[in-house]
Amino acid sequence: MLNGNSGATDFEAVFTDRRASLPGADLAWLSELRESGINQFRRHGLPTPRTEAWKYTNLRPLQKVAFAPSHEVSAPTVVGLDRVPSLLPSGEHVRRLVLTEGRFNPELSSIGDLPPGVSLEPLAQAIRRDPGGLQSYLGRIAHPVGQPMLALNTALMEDGVVLRVGRGAVLSEPVEVLHLGGLSDHAVAYHPRLLVLLEADSRAVLVEHFVGLSEQAYFANAATEIRVAEGARLDHIKVQAEGTAATHLASCHVWLDRQATFIGFSLSLGAQLSRNEVHVRLEGEGARCRVNGAYLMRGKQHCDNTTLIEHLKPETSCREVFKGVLDDQSRGVFQGRIMVHRGADKTDGHQLSKALLLSDRAEIDAKPELEIYADDVKCSHGATAGDIDEQALFYLRARGIPEARARSLLIQAFLDEALDEVGIPALHEALLSRVAAWLGTG
Amino acid sequence: MAATVETAQTVKEVAERKYKYGFVTEIESETAPKGLGEEVIGFISAKKGEPDWLLEWRLKAYRHWLTMPEPLWANVTFDALDYQDAYYYSAPKTAEGPKSLEEVDPELLRTYEKLGIPLREQEMLAGVAVDAVFDSVSVATTFKKKLHEVGVIFCSISEAVQTHPELVREYLGSVVPYADNKHATLNSAVFTDGSFVYVPKGVRCPMELSTYFRINAANTGQFERTLIIADEGSYVSYLEGCTAPMRDEHQLHAAVVELVALKDAEIKYSTVQNWYPGDEEGRGGIFNFVTKRGACRGDNSKISWTQVETGSAITWKYPSCILQGDNSVGEFYSIAITNNMQQADTGTKMIHLGKNTRSRIIAKGISAGRSNSTYRGLVKVSPKAHGARNHTQCDSLLIGERCGAHTVPYIESKNRSARVEHEATTSKISEDQLFYCRQRGIGEEEAVALVVNGFCREVLQQLPMEFAVEAQKLVGISLEGSVG
Repeated sequence: MLNGNSGATDFEAVFTDRRASLPGADLAWLSELRESGINQFRRHGLPTPRTEAWKYTNLRPLQKVAFAPSHEVSAPTVVGLDRVPSLLPSGEHVRRLVLTEGRFNPELSSIGDLPPGVSLEPLAQAIRRDPGGLQSYLGRIAHPVGQPMLALNTALMEDGVVLRVGRGAVLSEPVEVLHLGGLSDHAVAYHPRLLVLLEADSRAVLVEHFVGLSEQAYFANAATEIRVAEGARLDHIKVQAEGTAATHLASCHVWLDRQATFIGFSLSLGAQLSRNEVHVRLEGEGARCRVNGAYLMRGKQHCDNTTLIEHLKPETSCREVFKGVLDDQSRGVFQGRIMVHRGADKTDGHQLSKALLLSDRAEIDAKPELEIYADDVKCSHGATAGDIDEQALFYLRARGIPEARARSLLIQAFLDEALDEVGIPALHEALLSRVAAWLGTG
Repeated sequence: MAATVETAQTVKEVAERKYKYGFVTEIESETAPKGLGEEVIGFISAKKGEPDWLLEWRLKAYRHWLTMPEPLWANVTFDALDYQDAYYYSAPKTAEGPKSLEEVDPELLRTYEKLGIPLREQEMLAGVAVDAVFDSVSVATTFKKKLHEVGVIFCSISEAVQTHPELVREYLGSVVPYADNKHATLNSAVFTDGSFVYVPKGVRCPMELSTYFRINAANTGQFERTLIIADEGSYVSYLEGCTAPMRDEHQLHAAVVELVALKDAEIKYSTVQNWYPGDEEGRGGIFNFVTKRGACRGDNSKISWTQVETGSAITWKYPSCILQGDNSVGEFYSIAITNNMQQADTGTKMIHLGKNTRSRIIAKGISAGRSNSTYRGLVKVSPKAHGARNHTQCDSLLIGERCGAHTVPYIESKNRSARVEHEATTSKISEDQLFYCRQRGIGEEEAVALVVNGFCREVLQQLPMEFAVEAQKLVGISLEGSVG
């Protein structure tokens, strides 16, 4: 599957090869959806910095390696349960669904008993079992137009997770979807897809956890579609700890109806090159969202957080806080756009991006955007970049705290604002310990 | 008596100069053939009696221009420009103007009145054909004399090519290279007028310089090229444009302004732009595609841009500072007001290269009617700019539900000791503020003007006194018809 001119993967050829054996190949609507995905991808190709949306993120690493579809290489190394990290507190009611290189792994998963009205199953299974139930959502919340990587996922998605929470149902314990990568001794590419549907007045907490278990290069191209119906609330926590040679591109597409709430948080620690995209559409009056994130990068890591919040109806609100810590030669990118459409009056939109540069060779590129077409709004954004505050450091040192400890204390304090809104205490703890581990103080 | 003699002398001098440099009298009947091509550029260059190197430079720019695509990234829409359907060199339009103020559009006169512009100046602004505007001439003379005493060179760029070729050659294109962007490159190929200022070492220019007082510049050209050089330890303040709407028939304005501040020098550049914005339906109006850039070459130098942009159908300009010298300072203060169908995409670039360089950006955007206003700015800190500091504040005000206000800042920092801060807000005029004014008997339009002036205060304060008062009135006038 090689291109003549470089080591790049020819994804179109992969599609031609695989189309007949992809799940739901016999369903006309799904085939059409995949077809439109590959057409979109063909039209744009892999994005380059010449595209404004990818100005600061170069996908060159993807062009150097030929990634095989994950099914073509030998079955992934069997992973013992003990090697499967989790963000959930150990207990009896652990609901975890594990995808190894993008495919459902029943041995490692434990779905457990679900409350009435809640269903949780692998995507491939859902396509076989109840394709009609997916048709009006899959590829409808996340439109692949103009988004080549999402389009590629749409064309090649093989497996993933479907979580449905019925009207009024409450799933108080978090559900964890664990994406395990770096299991093969070949470079593989996979395109997991999540579909999360919350009916009116329901509640759920979803954890998406990406973990790489080796230094092997691989390419995870994930997409998540979320619909939160009237009065429902979803807490979505993502932790990205992919392998050090991995490329991780993920987009999360959220559709909020009237009075719906989405509380999102992402922590990015891993991968050589990563991009975390969040696109929220506030489609109903009074809908509100939080889109927060933190990224901790070192070495030559590159981390891109790109968000688009679209206010389409009156009295919608969003708060967005992204905090980054960049060491060595790492590079952070933040592109955040708040868009207020005509008629979306009484909108409240606030965005903040802050980056700490810990090294002389680290770099931050920020592009916070406001695009506003309604007059009765209150919108703001702020962006800062700089080193640790010398005075604060001095204050701590003057009180006998060693420099290294003082620095990590200040970094933790800096990140707090983004982490604070993770409302589930156990998860908040788990995230803090990840941060502490990164800082070497855990 | 002496004054009369002096005036008479000046008029004579001015007349002679016009003749000598062939600006009005000689070329009046001559216009370059329509369209753009190497012959036209040769024609312009020959008319100006330019040296070979300058012609070469123009041609190099033109050849490069042919290879450049139209810049389409700005948040503005318009039909593609037909570069061949225009004249690139023609005599100034003094002769074609109205014969007296009676022939001038009464709407325009009402605006002048509101701005409080004296009758004589009204005539000049409206393009009324007058032989010599005596007030201005005498003012100009006094100016010239004073400037000459301290050694400041202030003349048209065409004149400078003749009289100070070494300075022009050294600095022209050194800040905005001929291949910079499509519009600047076109300007490099066909520029016909503009100002040249050189302030010698240690001189503090005794007065505000202004195109307005430069006799030959009564008709500002379509492709203006301005070059200002402040030598070590000098200071100059330059005013461009004026608050009154200018009569003009060119649709495309592609000016280039280059500023060079050497060690310890300071340049303050203020602009009030009020070109014809087109009618309420967006027909007509000027396309103002301007490239302005200043280089703080020396240590401790400073460049400050202040702009009040109320006119033009489309404004596309990003006055920038390249902070090369250590401890150099760049400032950008901007008010952009759009009404009806106007579109503005404007902002600044601050490129921090030297140590302890500082920049400050305050941009206020006001959109009304069906207009769109975008702030687009870049703050870039290079790895060597230790201790660099930037603070950016962008505020947008929306009046009416059919306009748009956008903020697109780019922040790129490669130095950890640099501190970069950006904040932006968007809101509408608060009902409370309007109610408060109305309660006290202030009319609605007046109240809006009052609130908007308050919103812009930080920028208006940066304008030289002469401009500030008129600019405040202009803010109100630009928003007429936007409420109620």
